[in-house]
Amino acid sequence: MSNTKLSPGIVSSRLSKEEYSNNFSDAYPGFTDYEAKVEADRCYFCYDAPCISACPTEINIPLFIRQISTEMEEEAAKTIFDQNILGGMCARVCPTETLCEEACVREAAEGKPVKIGRLQRYATDSIMSQNIHPYIRNENNGKKIAVIGSGPAGLACSHRLSMLGYDVEIFESKSKAGGLNEYGIATYKSVDNFAAKEVDWLLKIGGIKINHNKTLGVDFSIDELRKSYDAIFIGCGLQDTNKISIDSNTDQSIEDAVDFIADLRQINDFSSLPIGRNVVVIGGGMTAIDAAVQSQLLGAEKVTIIYRRNLENMSASKKEQNNATSKGVKIITNAIPTSINKQNGVHKLSLSYTEVEKQSGKLKELDQKFSIEADQIFCAIGQKFNNLLDVFKSNKGKIMIDESCKTSVENVWAGGDCVDQGEDLTVTAVAQGRDAAEAIHKSIISK
Amino acid sequence: MNLQSEFLGIKSPNPFWLASAPPTDKEYNVRRAFEAGWGGVVWKTLGLDPNIVNVNGPRYGAVWGPDRRLLGMNNIELITDRPLQINLDEIKVVKKDYPDRAVVVSLMVPCEEECWKSILPKVEETEADGLELNFGCPHGMSERGMGSAVGQVPDYIEMVTRWVKSNTRMPVIVKLTPNITDIRYPARAAFKGGADAVSLINTVASIVSVNLDTFSPEPSINGKGTHGGYCGPAVKPIALNLVSQIARDPETQNKDISGIGGVTTWRDAAEFLALGAGNVQVCTAAMTYGFGIISELTSGLSNWMKKKEINSISEIVGKAIPNVTEWQYLNLNHVTKAQIDQDLCIKCGRCYAVCEDTSHQAITKTINGERGFEVIDEECVACNMCINVCPVENCITMRDLEPGEIDKRTGQTVSDKYANWTTHPNNPSSIKAAE
Ligand SMILES: Cc1cc2nc3c(=O)[nH]c(=O)nc-3n(C[C@H](O)[C@H](O)[C@H](O)COP(=O)(O)OP(=O)(O)OC[C@H]3O[C@@H](n4cnc5c(N)ncnc54)[C@H](O)[C@@H]3O)c2cc1C
Ligand SMILES: Cc1cc2nc3c(=O)[nH]c(=O)nc-3n(C[C@H](O)[C@H](O)[C@H](O)COP(=O)(O)O)c2cc1C
Ligand code: SF4
Repeated sequence: MSNTKLSPGIVSSRLSKEEYSNNFSDAYPGFTDYEAKVEADRCYFCYDAPCISACPTEINIPLFIRQISTEMEEEAAKTIFDQNILGGMCARVCPTETLCEEACVREAAEGKPVKIGRLQRYATDSIMSQNIHPYIRNENNGKKIAVIGSGPAGLACSHRLSMLGYDVEIFESKSKAGGLNEYGIATYKSVDNFAAKEVDWLLKIGGIKINHNKTLGVDFSIDELRKSYDAIFIGCGLQDTNKISIDSNTDQSIEDAVDFIADLRQINDFSSLPIGRNVVVIGGGMTAIDAAVQSQLLGAEKVTIIYRRNLENMSASKKEQNNATSKGVKIITNAIPTSINKQNGVHKLSLSYTEVEKQSGKLKELDQKFSIEADQIFCAIGQKFNNLLDVFKSNKGKIMIDESCKTSVENVWAGGDCVDQGEDLTVTAVAQGRDAAEAIHKSIISK
Repeated sequence: MNLQSEFLGIKSPNPFWLASAPPTDKEYNVRRAFEAGWGGVVWKTLGLDPNIVNVNGPRYGAVWGPDRRLLGMNNIELITDRPLQINLDEIKVVKKDYPDRAVVVSLMVPCEEECWKSILPKVEETEADGLELNFGCPHGMSERGMGSAVGQVPDYIEMVTRWVKSNTRMPVIVKLTPNITDIRYPARAAFKGGADAVSLINTVASIVSVNLDTFSPEPSINGKGTHGGYCGPAVKPIALNLVSQIARDPETQNKDISGIGGVTTWRDAAEFLALGAGNVQVCTAAMTYGFGIISELTSGLSNWMKKKEINSISEIVGKAIPNVTEWQYLNLNHVTKAQIDQDLCIKCGRCYAVCEDTSHQAITKTINGERGFEVIDEECVACNMCINVCPVENCITMRDLEPGEIDKRTGQTVSDKYANWTTHPNNPSSIKAAE
């Protein structure tokens, strides 16, 4: 270990090997058989269970839990995958505290919901760890579908289409598949290269070809695709991020949190990634939390999140906030950065406190100011869609879709972060990808 | 609170005895049980030499809850597998060292008067307080004409009890098997033969599980299994019913009963006492948690007695018996309706599922268009199933309709008069008023 937490500036190797491997190990490891059985017994097998409707993919949760309690975890996994082929990843990354577990009646009863996410992981691990793929695709029907993007939306759509007998070609601009599962999700939620393993496992269905380093809009156009494919699905996610504009005496003072996280996800040796001693993250969402927590785990001495509104307004859930503060991250709310001054390699960040105006509901900058020092500043104030808006009718800056995930363009469907419906979550992307596949199928067979 | 118990004149500081079983199979155990506070023991059943042998593989099977709570247990153990004289010597020193505790000796020998005549003086010699005749063991020994093979034939019970009574001065308890059709017959036979008391239940003949890989019943010995005796919390309801039947039978009422079967907490014990048992015996609970539970049993019972202003164990005995009756005497004019406390309801919908699918379609699944569950008085027959499945205690309760109220299901006014099946117009043999 050449450096420590206290080494000034932005440096690598702040921690020992053991510390790195502890810090980036599985945050919520799988249940043991016994733990799973005890937890499964807590489920009441509710009538018309509220947890099911709270799940964007509508997994039959009480059924899979009952299957676990009778030691049929493979059947439980099938129940999950029938609705959500990325059930393995969702079990790791879903903010269950705002989805199924928030709706669980035991949350209302005692504030302790059935641990649905961890039970789902137990079930899905049981067959994924044996590398068993439980589906066989229908006989090939001779139709070909193009899918743009191999994130959760594209993968879920492709798998369902393949099951229905279609040949699928995915066009992916990156060299690895998985979208943000591979490049975005926090390291400790998806350890042991799970994202890549899951893609391999999913592709076992057959009939899906991924063309890497192929970008729609650069290498080919929608119109070209429409000539050779029976239908098109767009699941290209969000490529751009919102930038903050601050007075600064230097260029490039502020780094993009999404890029930082992507680098982190692709690295093999955590000690090689430099991190500041004092890190500031601007933003209030999942990305801000992940950037802050992972900075701390990389050995930063102080990490501070700056958010312009109050805690309740943060899009990161209470659980995510608690996770961050428990790791030592400090969250400053109701503050916005106004200027950056770099002196002797250290940034002095000046901030103003804010307040929400009662009448207008607008955020107002107050006269009270303060400043903090930072070696490294990350911006995480949201991703945006910046693509193809000339081709599709849009809404709120994203591709507009109808309830069957169809876009304004003939024979083109879309889902995931790039569309105007649903939250930007892995599970929502899976639901839309799956539903688009069914809609494509319906449209093709009705022709 | 004084828990002093007297059963057949045998005194013990509390009514909790350890039943004849592994916890009472040797001096080492019994001493520690007494140190822990148990009121008495029934020594593990003695037989004639040569001592029997046990299997050398597993002898217990189990039914677990998902958290591995032992709900029921079965065993294929036989009576003591130690030589007679060792047991007798140990009984003698233990009784001498613990004069205030009850020490009763359980016996099982072949159905020949000579066998009983030979063993009885040896037991008297120990100065133990009494005898328990094991006519209950349903496995192994019954194949040899002992245990439940005797307990299932009232004539044998009477005969053997009479042999014993005429050859000893000691009080005799006859331990009954539940593996019969009507418990009153063996109980009557025991008393006819001169028994001072009966104790029940011994274990219930059972197979707890089948291994679905080897297709052997469990516990499995070299790929084969046999039925065993079931005990523990799961058998308590069976035992309570059998105890109450003997306590209510005009031929045996007021006779002494030692209640056994699934006693796990002080509440279980109080229930046995209320249904007519003079004391209780415990086996599985001690085998599950060790002797330390006696502190919970005694303190719980005292505390409850204090709250109820009950001053002695004997006041509890049989307190519930006047309220045990036959179905035909239940008041058909007593009308209740389920009601759901909306503040407590967590909206799991279990009551709806069970009422809709398997009962009387008397619960709604929406209230004003929102998810919510409410009883439809017009349909509710008060079956109680919604309460059985509701995970929240006291969320669903039964409300007694007041006389004069209308039962919305039948449209009839609730009467304050008692009326039962014997006089109901639908009863073909109802007793009609003279015309
Ligand atoms: C840092 C971070 C952490 C997150 N953590 C969570 C979490 O814990 N839980 C959760 O549920 N959600 C989380 N999310 C959100 C979640 O990752 C996304 O909602 C989800 O990945 C969206 O899936 P998608 O398939 O629509 O898009 P993406 O996952 O973004 O996949 C889009 C794919 O399309 C490719 N692509 C883009 N443009 C083109 C083009 N023109 N041609 C060809 N290919 C193209 C991209 O390379 C990418 O592979 C997080 C997001 C971020 C940024
Ligand atoms: C392993 C085991 C061995 C037993 N052996 C005897 C015995 O030798 N003599 C006897 O009268 N009852 C025997 N019993 C029955 C118990 O004394 C008791 O009647 C029965 O287990 C029910 O009580 P419980 O539910 O508290 O266990 C045995 C029970 C068990 C579990
Ligand atoms: S809401 Fe909770 S208790 Fe009810 S079925 Fe879903 S997981 Fe089970």
